[in-house]
Amino acid sequence: MSKDIVDLITAKHNVRNKKRKLTGTERFWLIFRYISLIFIWFLVVMPIYVMVINSLKGVKNVYLVNAFKLPEKLDFSAWSVAWSGTDYFPQSISDSMSRTLFFVIQSAIISAIIGSINGYVFAKWKFKGSNFIFTLFLFGMFIPYQAIMIPLVRIATTLEINKSIYVLVLAHIIYGIPICTLIFRNYYEAIPNELIEAGRVDKASMVRIYRSIILPLSIPAFVVVLIWQFTSAWNDFLFAIFLTGGSPKLAVATTALNFITGSTNQVYYGVNMTASLIVSLPTLIVYIFLGRYFLRGLLSGSLKG
Amino acid sequence: MGCVSKSVKNSRPLSSRIGGLLFVLPSIITVVIFVYGLIIWSVNVSLTNQNSGSKKAIEYVGLKNYTDLIVDERFTHSLLNLVKFTVVFIIGALITGFIMALLLEKGIKGEGFFRSFYLYPMAISFIAMGTVFNWILNSARDEEAGGLNLALQKIGLGFLQNDWYVGEKGAMYAMALPAIWQTSGYVLALFLAGFRGIPDDLREAARVDGASESQIYRHVLFPQLTPTILTILIILGHISMKAFDLIIGINGKSYITQVVAVYMWEATFDSRNYAKGTAIAIVLLLMIAIVVVPYLRYNNKQQAYR
Repeated sequence: MSKDIVDLITAKHNVRNKKRKLTGTERFWLIFRYISLIFIWFLVVMPIYVMVINSLKGVKNVYLVNAFKLPEKLDFSAWSVAWSGTDYFPQSISDSMSRTLFFVIQSAIISAIIGSINGYVFAKWKFKGSNFIFTLFLFGMFIPYQAIMIPLVRIATTLEINKSIYVLVLAHIIYGIPICTLIFRNYYEAIPNELIEAGRVDKASMVRIYRSIILPLSIPAFVVVLIWQFTSAWNDFLFAIFLTGGSPKLAVATTALNFITGSTNQVYYGVNMTASLIVSLPTLIVYIFLGRYFLRGLLSGSLKG
Repeated sequence: MGCVSKSVKNSRPLSSRIGGLLFVLPSIITVVIFVYGLIIWSVNVSLTNQNSGSKKAIEYVGLKNYTDLIVDERFTHSLLNLVKFTVVFIIGALITGFIMALLLEKGIKGEGFFRSFYLYPMAISFIAMGTVFNWILNSARDEEAGGLNLALQKIGLGFLQNDWYVGEKGAMYAMALPAIWQTSGYVLALFLAGFRGIPDDLREAARVDGASESQIYRHVLFPQLTPTILTILIILGHISMKAFDLIIGINGKSYITQVVAVYMWEATFDSRNYAKGTAIAIVLLLMIAIVVVPYLRYNNKQQAYR
């Protein structure tokens, strides 16, 4: 195995080999690099900045002309309106937020368990044709889900599971199988075969080796898959809009937000910004604390790492 | 690996050889049914005249739905939009990500800080970001301007003021901006991995031979990045062709920014024309398969050499 890809990216580099004085051109380039990095930083942060400051300006008096201006005085009223609604702003996102959390956690956990078992077999118990089957799995990761959506909606309607949030749990588990399998397989590939062989010499069964050798080593991979599935299910719009239709009873974070901001409700910009921010917070918090694991999931999507 | 593991494999009892298969069988069946089975089902629907609005009996009409698409002005419009969007998005994200990687690849104090910030957009939904971009890419100009148009005026670039995503000509190019914003961190990560996978010896050897920094980049490092660039093109290409929530989040189903995935949604949801919806979806699938299948095969071969 070559070096781990995430380690490559995040490794601390020797910023300067020796403590020597920089020459004139070197200093120029260093300053140029910093100015460019800071300039890009401003561009990257700008949309979040707009969200945050405009969520603190209250419900009314939020105008596009002042979009980049800091609030004159802090006013948190938009937060309570976006969260629980009022008479002039009937939609709220609290219900859909808790509904999303409920379904996302379940689908992430089940996906991780399935992925772990599959990855173990594809990495360590290869059978005839397993590489081919694995490639078939991978293709499922890249398809546009529109290509399966109409039959899927038909199945869900016939079985009448489209009236429950579990339709999304199932969809994310099923279509998460490829990527979860891939992440675990890559992780288990890196575990030395000698460990498995040692278990085999002791006449341990496949399940036994999994339980006592592989599983205890799997925590990092579980974290990667859990937060990957959490983030992608949380941010998913396509499955949600097709499978739950426009039903407000089953609205999840993204569909509810799209309904609020996409409707004629273009007056309450402050509330719109706040609602967007609230919907972004869970995944943002996960990213802040577990960014490294998120990066690994992201890179798995490119079949690297 | 090689012959050693082969002999081990053959010495395994039969039970453990098929044991593996048994454990993954449920997943294999699920994927075969829900990915491949449903694709075939979709193809089947696309060959009929199935339409919940009509009471006619369902009949097979051959490739009629596909040939209809060729002359469907709305479909060609959405396809052309997708091409415009894809070209600007891929080139833009590739260049931005590459510049970010160039600035960071040698290591710099505070690298972790910048890298973490550059990557956060990938963790946020297109729908949530769409709300913000819908607002700041507003088309009002001059005295009424706000958002980006106002910012451009303030820094003396007022002539760049734009209709953004509502303009006749430039709507799709404007749509590419948020897409670039969201994905260039991902491109940065892939490029960084590419740069740092190049052995330091190569750089050192070139330096010893008296190559200048720019020569090292041009003749030593850039050629090594070809596989990385290939990967990035495939990834960006398939993200771009699937573009759906990004477009919906900013501009809804508006005709002016409609792309193939959005048109499919409209045909399915609003017109209840399932046959047409599946035909559009299958066209989209084929477009993506042309790009992705060779990549999967290439990747499969690479794996075999490991």
